[in-house]
Amino acid sequence: MASLALKNLFHDKIRLTVTLVGIVFSVVLSSIQLGLFVGFQRATSDILYFSNADLWIASKNVTHAEDGVPFSERKLYQALASPRVERIEKQIFQFTTWKKPDGADTGVLLVGFDLAGGMGAPWNITEGRIEDLNQPDAVMIEELYKDKLGVSRIGETVEIRGHRAKVVGFTRGIRSFTTSPPVFTSFKNAQNFFGLREDQTLFLVVKAKPGVDPESLKSELQSLMTDVDVYTRAEWTSKQRNYWMFGTGAGITVLIAAFLGLLVGVVVVAQTIYSATVDHIREYGTLKAMGASNFYLYRVIVTQAFLSGLIGYAVGMSVALLVSRISLEGTTAIILPKELVVGLFFLTILMCVGASVVSINKVTRIDPAMVFKG
Amino acid sequence: MPDRERIMKSIEVKNLVKTYGAAETAVHALKGVDLDVFEGELQLLVGASGSGKTTLVSIMGGILSATSGSCRIRGAETIGLGQKQLQKIRLDNIGFIFQGFNLFPALTARENVEVALDLKGFRGAEMRRRAGALLERVGLGAKLDAYPADLSGGQKQRVAIARALAGEPRIILADEPTAALDSFSGKLIMDLLQELAREKNRAVVVVTHDNRIFDYADRIVRIDDGRISERIMPEKGMAHHHGMMHTTFEPAAAV
Ligand SMILES: Nc1ncnc2c1ncn2[C@@H]1O[C@H](COP(=O)(O)OP(=O)(O)OP(=O)(O)O)[C@@H](O)[C@H]1O
Ligand SMILES: [Mg+2]
Repeated sequence: MASLALKNLFHDKIRLTVTLVGIVFSVVLSSIQLGLFVGFQRATSDILYFSNADLWIASKNVTHAEDGVPFSERKLYQALASPRVERIEKQIFQFTTWKKPDGADTGVLLVGFDLAGGMGAPWNITEGRIEDLNQPDAVMIEELYKDKLGVSRIGETVEIRGHRAKVVGFTRGIRSFTTSPPVFTSFKNAQNFFGLREDQTLFLVVKAKPGVDPESLKSELQSLMTDVDVYTRAEWTSKQRNYWMFGTGAGITVLIAAFLGLLVGVVVVAQTIYSATVDHIREYGTLKAMGASNFYLYRVIVTQAFLSGLIGYAVGMSVALLVSRISLEGTTAIILPKELVVGLFFLTILMCVGASVVSINKVTRIDPAMVFKG
Repeated sequence: MPDRERIMKSIEVKNLVKTYGAAETAVHALKGVDLDVFEGELQLLVGASGSGKTTLVSIMGGILSATSGSCRIRGAETIGLGQKQLQKIRLDNIGFIFQGFNLFPALTARENVEVALDLKGFRGAEMRRRAGALLERVGLGAKLDAYPADLSGGQKQRVAIARALAGEPRIILADEPTAALDSFSGKLIMDLLQELAREKNRAVVVVTHDNRIFDYADRIVRIDDGRISERIMPEKGMAHHHGMMHTTFEPAAAV
């Protein structure tokens, strides 16, 4: 039975090629779109996710992390009243403008963090040292955006919101979802760039004592303070992701493309398997006359669909993984986590087997008496 | 001795009626056919185009439902059975041979036979051995790995016979097996079918237009517009027959 399925599948090379191209296309398209989705999602929230903070305190009713409104640092002392708090630091996270050495303006995302504590600090520093950010006006940028920011080496100076700034280091792989690259600096420097009052901050980030449940600490802090909202890391990152991915519609677009990719796959596979079934209808009728059960014929068809899916997936996923690897060199990362790779495998197989249902329906209706017809 | 008669009858058709379609468009393909096919007998079914030959063998082979009447395959009534039961009866009792061979083009001669053996539950080395032996039996021992496209019509039909013989069915039904063949190949095929009837004591029914092969028949049944019009027992065919056969049916006579 398996050999019949296999041989029939490989007998018609052209049809097999069409089927496989369809599946490969579908796998590549949907995995790259989903990889983009994951990449975008990470880009929106990596800085938050890797900040090592347990809780965020923000002004009331922000819609996303770049939406903070200044509030008094007195809140910091109010929060410190809780004995379960290990540490609290001030943080700035906001869009602003950057004037390149050549005078052109571009948008950036300025991240000002507490150098002593380090929550929200850049990771993967490839050039320079984090302590260098202690210098007034010092900033660190992501090397993927060197061109965009008009900077090629350490020591170059630019302007941020009209203030002089000096590049003291580079990071590697900290992407931005928007067109504004991340720029890291000390909280103090950021305060200056924004002209924020000495006693004001945009956010407070909280590290809980070991063993303290962030959820319960959140409730406690919330009850200690008014005019601010407290978020856990999960809440804060998902607020950020949801805003950028769904609030702006950007994520929906890639998800729709991924879905369309799968749909194309289903249609192509269903179509080629169906036409293969129709072409072999006489053979299926002969099998039926010979005493094969419908179930036996289903197995032949499903095996063919399964094998097509297997080969198509292997080729398609190899291409997608290659593209994903190449993409990590650029500003738009296509990230294919293990779950996605495995999930798409099952989805592809399901799609191919599902697509063969139309054909199964066809062989069920074959009248074995057709075998004697000319 | 009704029991003995029952056993000897491989196929017993009584008052079989088949009407295709309904009302104005109804085609009365069979209008009450009585027919017996005995073990060890090669029976030819002849008649004009559209007389109902294919319809009759299709019902006898359990691949077409009848409108009314009775058809017993080795004693078991098949009219009114469901798809599942008919499938089992075909699997256990019947080998089909077709005018167009109906081989699987993607499979070699051996693999074509193996598909049938697989259906009958043979696997692995035993399946391979049997496929080889069956092809040997039809004189294609040297063509085991040839694809249908590389075989002549006669060779293809012999592969089809080997396939029909998988699992040693007691009944072989062939619709125009020689129509697509030259007379030499046709003779070869009929030799094989005759041998199956004689030596293996199978019931073999061959639908044909081909008067070149009438000599092979133990009995020729003529069908005319859905009715049996003539039953001929050629002398030659009779001479080969074992004694018991003679006692069980009427001397050749028109009905
Ligand atoms: N599926 C069908 N639907 C409707 N009418 C049919 C069908 N199959 C056969 N018939 C009709 O039934 C009659 C008998 O057909 P059948 O195929 O049994 O004849 P036949 O003797 O095998 O003819 P031939 O020698 O041309 O093969 C014909 O009139 C044919 O048109
Ligand atoms: Mg016919």
